[in-house]
Amino acid sequence: MIWFSLLVLIPLSAIIVKAAGGGLSTFVDVFTNDNTRSALVLTVVSSLIITAINMVMGTIIAWVLVRDRFPGKALLDLVIDIPFAMPTIVAGLVLLSLYGPESPIGVEVSSTRWAVLLAIAFVTLPFVVRTVQPVLEELETDVEDAAASLGATRFTTFRRVILPSLVPAIFAGAALSFARGISEYGALVLISGNLPRKTEVVSVRLFSFLEGGNIEAAAAVATIMLLVALLAIVSLDVIQRRVARRG
Amino acid sequence: MNKTIKVAAAVSAAGVLALTGCSSDSSGDSGDTVNVVGYSVLQQANEGVIDAFNDTDAGKDVEIKGSYGASGDQSRAVVAGQKADEVHLSLEPDVTRLVDEGIVAKDWKDNDTKGICTTSVVVMVVKKGNPKGIDSWDDLAKSGVGIVTPNPASSGSAKWNLLAAYGSVLGDGGTEADADKYMKSFFDNVVALPDSGRDATTAFTSGTGDVLLSYENEAILARQSGQDFDYVIPDSTLLIENPCALTEDASDAAKAFLDFQKSADGQKLYAETGYRPLTDVGDLEVNGANDEGDPYPDPEKLLTIDGDFGGWAEANTKYFDENDGILTKIQAEAGQ
Repeated sequence: MIWFSLLVLIPLSAIIVKAAGGGLSTFVDVFTNDNTRSALVLTVVSSLIITAINMVMGTIIAWVLVRDRFPGKALLDLVIDIPFAMPTIVAGLVLLSLYGPESPIGVEVSSTRWAVLLAIAFVTLPFVVRTVQPVLEELETDVEDAAASLGATRFTTFRRVILPSLVPAIFAGAALSFARGISEYGALVLISGNLPRKTEVVSVRLFSFLEGGNIEAAAAVATIMLLVALLAIVSLDVIQRRVARRG
Repeated sequence: MNKTIKVAAAVSAAGVLALTGCSSDSSGDSGDTVNVVGYSVLQQANEGVIDAFNDTDAGKDVEIKGSYGASGDQSRAVVAGQKADEVHLSLEPDVTRLVDEGIVAKDWKDNDTKGICTTSVVVMVVKKGNPKGIDSWDDLAKSGVGIVTPNPASSGSAKWNLLAAYGSVLGDGGTEADADKYMKSFFDNVVALPDSGRDATTAFTSGTGDVLLSYENEAILARQSGQDFDYVIPDSTLLIENPCALTEDASDAAKAFLDFQKSADGQKLYAETGYRPLTDVGDLEVNGANDEGDPYPDPEKLLTIDGDFGGWAEANTKYFDENDGILTKIQAEAGQ
């Protein structure tokens, strides 16, 4: 408990206290500033889109990794974690050189909103894969065989038998992926161009407040992001329970 | 159970010993150690200056410990308690913060150089051979030109660049309305606002934009380290002045180092890494400059922050206030 307090509770309460110190007017200022508001909206919407994509793609990748056999599978299994493990600023550099103006493959997205989506997708890919994978590995194929022998099509088997047991894992991964998405800085900062109201994300905005010495505003933005993350995690949990019950 | 406790006790005892070891060490020779807290680009330039200082009588047994990083971060670190005898930062407001906290004396500017240790000018870095033919501020507002400059909100140093652009219009006899209009087309051409000068250079060398606003000393230093680009000194530009100051409890050794930095010998060493010397240092040969024999030609019009913008305290509020700053507003409109 002490460990948890030192690492999580005390720093979080410090942020909220700092933000509250600026009073309600700081929050109003933050919200009425067009640049900050559009950064908030851009970040949350992009993270939601990518989280939805991750839920589908992550499950498929996990499925392929567990159920299929192909050469290089072990290698792929290792590589999946790299976006998560490497320093994000390195990820940013790699993305910029691959998808920037001097792209060797002719795809240029730098300084557009696609760049924001791309960078978030890159760093959040492993989350759903890594939460779904162990559950899939534990899943007995007997049940699927039984369903098939009772006349269920492959799709029905997937939907009624496999998916319900994966749902908690998929949503847990989605929550992690969303939380990482809204807080991403390093991978984004080089390729997005940080153009206000266009490609500036909230973490960059927050950094500007800190640099500008406006610590109350930075704390207010941080508090808003904490609330957004909390809301997302809770609602994902609620949806997950609903889906699991219906399954 | 017993064993774990013993181990834990031994480990913590060792830890305490190690800690006391450290503190007695540093207090033992603190008289001869000078902690310099500087902004990032200084690191390479200071190496040579520190070596030369150690060769002088005053600096023979002095150990200079440098810490380098983003100017604002460094200033805040000192406020938070980082040990510093001398601070050498990118722009004045970062020293003002220390004056407000009582760490630097109020009269830090009362000397020959008005508290300045190094100077440079705003330049335009372009691709090798200058394919778009950029050589003036007007060229930056033409359609089809992509500008990269750090974000003034997060990089204090970016403010120099934008004031140079803004001031070029005023210097030509334009009114403030003309300058506003120019800055609108300028911001329309901005393709990236990276968070720091270093990231801006990375973005530019990776192919973003056609022109990077930067400092002469950074352009020269980058070319010395093998970067393959050209730079243009526009006819009208802004003098960049990097302040340095001693903290209230600085030792005599720190003062000697500061004096050496400002001396002709010190300035010559800085000049060789790209800074414009504060004093006459005689003949110079600077690698990486456009003309190595005449590295620092005088621009036609050299604006200064004190002479043309009323000093940093005024300029910061007038142009860069988060909500009402002139440039903040123009930049926000361009984003729509």
